[in-house]
Amino acid sequence: MKRMVSKCCRFFAMLLLLFAVPLLARQTPSATASSPSSADATKALNDKLTQLDQRVTAAQSSADNSWMLVSAALVLLMTGPGLALFYGGLVRRKNMLAIMMQSFMLMAVISVLWALVGYSLAFGGNGPVIGGFEHAFLRGVGADPNPDYAGTIPQATFMIYQLMFAIITPALITGATAERMKFSGTVLFLTLWFLVVYAPLAHMVWGKGGLLNAALGGKFPTLDFAGGTVVHISSGVSALVCALYLGKRTGFPKQPMPPHSLVLSFVGACLLWVGWFGFNAGSALAASSLATSAFLATHFATAAAAISWSAAEWLKNGRASALGAISGAVAGLVAITPAAGFVAPMPALAIGFIAGLVCYFMVTKVKSIFGYDDALDAFGVHGAGGTIGALLTGVFAQQVVNPIFGAGKPVGGLDGHWSQVGNQLVGVLIAWGFALVGTIILLKVTDMITGLRVTEEQEIEGLDITQHGEEAYNLEL
Amino acid sequence: MMKLEAIIQPSRFESVKDALREAGIEGMTVTEVRGHGRQKGHTEVYRGREYTVDLLPKIKLEMVLPDKLVTTVVDTILKTAKTGKIGDGKIFLSRVDEAIRIRNDERGENAL
Repeated sequence: MKRMVSKCCRFFAMLLLLFAVPLLARQTPSATASSPSSADATKALNDKLTQLDQRVTAAQSSADNSWMLVSAALVLLMTGPGLALFYGGLVRRKNMLAIMMQSFMLMAVISVLWALVGYSLAFGGNGPVIGGFEHAFLRGVGADPNPDYAGTIPQATFMIYQLMFAIITPALITGATAERMKFSGTVLFLTLWFLVVYAPLAHMVWGKGGLLNAALGGKFPTLDFAGGTVVHISSGVSALVCALYLGKRTGFPKQPMPPHSLVLSFVGACLLWVGWFGFNAGSALAASSLATSAFLATHFATAAAAISWSAAEWLKNGRASALGAISGAVAGLVAITPAAGFVAPMPALAIGFIAGLVCYFMVTKVKSIFGYDDALDAFGVHGAGGTIGALLTGVFAQQVVNPIFGAGKPVGGLDGHWSQVGNQLVGVLIAWGFALVGTIILLKVTDMITGLRVTEEQEIEGLDITQHGEEAYNLEL
Repeated sequence: MMKLEAIIQPSRFESVKDALREAGIEGMTVTEVRGHGRQKGHTEVYRGREYTVDLLPKIKLEMVLPDKLVTTVVDTILKTAKTGKIGDGKIFLSRVDEAIRIRNDERGENAL
């Protein structure tokens, strides 16, 4: 133990030196000896101040940029392999590759589309519903910051960060269509969905001029820090529509279809928890105290939700399951997403606790009452969790955490500004409506072009073999 | 020659295997199987969905024995595989018409 401590001390001392040396070397050279006139002296002082100012800005930008690049990487990790494993473990063995492939395909396709036109549609222009084409092919997106969105980081960083959100949102929908949707149909539908549903919603909530943009003076300012409406309500509601349109899996609900590997789901869930720090805390768009605040809110809400779901299960079934615990955690992560940068840690605990219970109820009771086959509970967790989270954001947001409407202006219910809950409701309803209508239309279109559902024989044989010509696990025989 | 099939509890398998080796039995085929007799299964719950799992894991031993060894083997298995609870399993015996060693074409009890 002592040797460990002294080894650590030496290691940190060396690390310190490593950083101290370049810092020391960069100190401004000492002032030259007395200048001839006072005018010259003043100029020299002003020059130095300007220099220092530039250095401070560069240092801040450097800190913010490094955090944002890390956050972007964390959010991508949430899709691959976080979501891929979480969903993958929940499906039957014969469909494992298919569900992973759907997420992976989106990592590729959405990335290309974002670069070509997606970023511009979501964050260009200043219309109320959709952006423009001025940044198509990433024109004008480079090292210079875009002060409308994030004044201290290159716009290119902001763009690549937002891309990771655009990837994971359609990926969430694959949870409802799992085990029975054609790969070709999935590719076409989700591509169209990204263009027609996600891009406008992202613009409305986060884009300049957007109808629901709380930060930039939208008409119905909806507080949505990291995407409760844009990501979770949109994908969750769309998931429900897809599940209803596609119909139930063959054999559902009589035939048992338990998860083939909760081990993989567990790994995926933990990757989601850690990655979500990039999703929520990164939405501060700076390495600031707001990022810290969002980080904390995220973590505490998740912990509370895992506990409340597990407690509900323990009371109902006499045992707390691993699947329940990780599902609860994900529910908490979803619910805190719109609230992360607006609420303090104690309210975050409350939001998480409530979300765990609400989503547990949705997934175990409501789903069986209505009988829809939302295979991996995309609606039950993301749709419901996003909705309750968005509404509770209006309740618990405080200006002391984030004075989003201006210094001293009340934000949410805890500030006495209860009408914000009404605004949240407007945003929630618009997200629901947009997702509902957009999804129905796009499902019909996709059905006409590629078809949506595999045949019954293909479904029984499994999507890995029929859609991809592979088996997930090639055991010896 | 007799074929002996024994379905036993997985937890007893190691003891049975060791006891058989000590009794001089050198050949056996082991498979992991699922099944039940009168033993009840258990319930699993995944996100509110309940599944009754009534196919329980067991170990199946298969051996072809010369007639003179049958009683020894049966007694050994009975002694080491028994726990006294429902689910201990069963032993089945049947006649074998022929046995052939693939390596050198030996037949009959010499092939065992």
